[in-house]
Amino acid sequence: MKAPEVAYACPSTLDEALTLLSRHGDEARPLAGGQSLVTALNMRLAAPALLVDLNRIPDLAGITRRDGVVRVGAMTRHRDLGASDLVRDHLPLVAAAVPHIAHPAIRNRGTLGGSVALGDPAAELPACCLALGATMVLRGQGGERRVPADAFFLGLYATAIAPAEILVAIEFPLPEPGAVWGFQELARRHGDYALAGLAATARRRERGLDAVRLVFFGVGDRPVLARGASAALAGAGIRAAQAALDADIDPPDDVAVKGRTRRHLARVLLGRVAGGMLEGAP
Amino acid sequence: MEREHAVAFTLNGERVACRPAARTHLGDLLRAEFGLTGVHLGCEHGVCGACTILVDGRATRSCLMLAVQANGTVVETIEGLTERGAVADLQDAFHVRNALQCGYCTPGMLVTAAELLAEEAAPGREAIRAAIGGNYCRCTGYHAIVDAIAAVAEGRAAREGGGA
Repeated sequence: MKAPEVAYACPSTLDEALTLLSRHGDEARPLAGGQSLVTALNMRLAAPALLVDLNRIPDLAGITRRDGVVRVGAMTRHRDLGASDLVRDHLPLVAAAVPHIAHPAIRNRGTLGGSVALGDPAAELPACCLALGATMVLRGQGGERRVPADAFFLGLYATAIAPAEILVAIEFPLPEPGAVWGFQELARRHGDYALAGLAATARRRERGLDAVRLVFFGVGDRPVLARGASAALAGAGIRAAQAALDADIDPPDDVAVKGRTRRHLARVLLGRVAGGMLEGAP
Repeated sequence: MEREHAVAFTLNGERVACRPAARTHLGDLLRAEFGLTGVHLGCEHGVCGACTILVDGRATRSCLMLAVQANGTVVETIEGLTERGAVADLQDAFHVRNALQCGYCTPGMLVTAAELLAEEAAPGREAIRAAIGGNYCRCTGYHAIVDAIAAVAEGRAAREGGGA
């Protein structure tokens, strides 16, 4: 299908983009990598009056390390995220997740900020942000505000981004000593959205793990921090965590698979990922 | 707000200018305005990969980029890559190995393979499969395509090795 009529603006500064969004309200949509939004336009699932293209605004892309965080500009493309030395060295969870995102041509254009702002419940990077305790940096005409990942994903395609705000960067804390991580997903074909996936972080102690954050994706209306299973994994081990997981997630039935299948797959992933973290080798 | 925008970019080595509507995706512009019908539109939502082109040297779904966003970029389609011989060995290998039947997916396969081999001199079969995972072929079953790409990787390595 073809996209509906739409107006287009290509601002060269963030202030200009914020002014346009503020002036046009709900009728305007920021356009990041476009790998979901242009799809939605072509399928006429979205019909904004105005697209505000963020691709030509300098300083929205790039990866820097400062003050104990790795700051990733929202318009950083998946490909560049996956190829970054800073990401490989300090955010290996993110580096491991990137190859699972769709396919090379999509990764060439899709952006971290676009994925996080869309909030697709089956996407890899929102789950990584939540597992790593990232902070979302939002800019509006009134200034900047910072929202922790724990308070950012509010529901199906719903986030804490207010109208006329733009997600400008995501800050990931540098890992603490002893930090371990794991990432796995199950999909019918490589590049498909996951039937179930798990992004996990923890700290390795002499015996076992603590500070466990097991974040599942593809099993609910948003990335889900499995609090019960995370606590059980720290205190009592893998089997207890798998048992506790049942109360943490409640995947619905859909056209792909039954909810109980996703629940089973999530338990399988928990076993594999937790096993890897306990051995210290993700 | 304007619904049409003046756009100028480099297309297969030549400077071009036009005025597409904002709603027009780049694949439609390349086919309708410039007659580049090697840009095959399959699904028009980013899934099938048939419309893959190079934008600033990177494989890109032309159905998922607006034509107005091409402003200032360097765009290459299968026609341009063919003319400058960039995919000649891949085309030969696809022919020899019978790596196409209807041929609808072939331009996208070739562009994707070209990018893969530019980045990774000796990809294994798994890496080749992962790279073309976003390009649907409904005829061949992929084995012949993987064979062809693997043969080109070996051929290029042998030529470079032989010349060293």
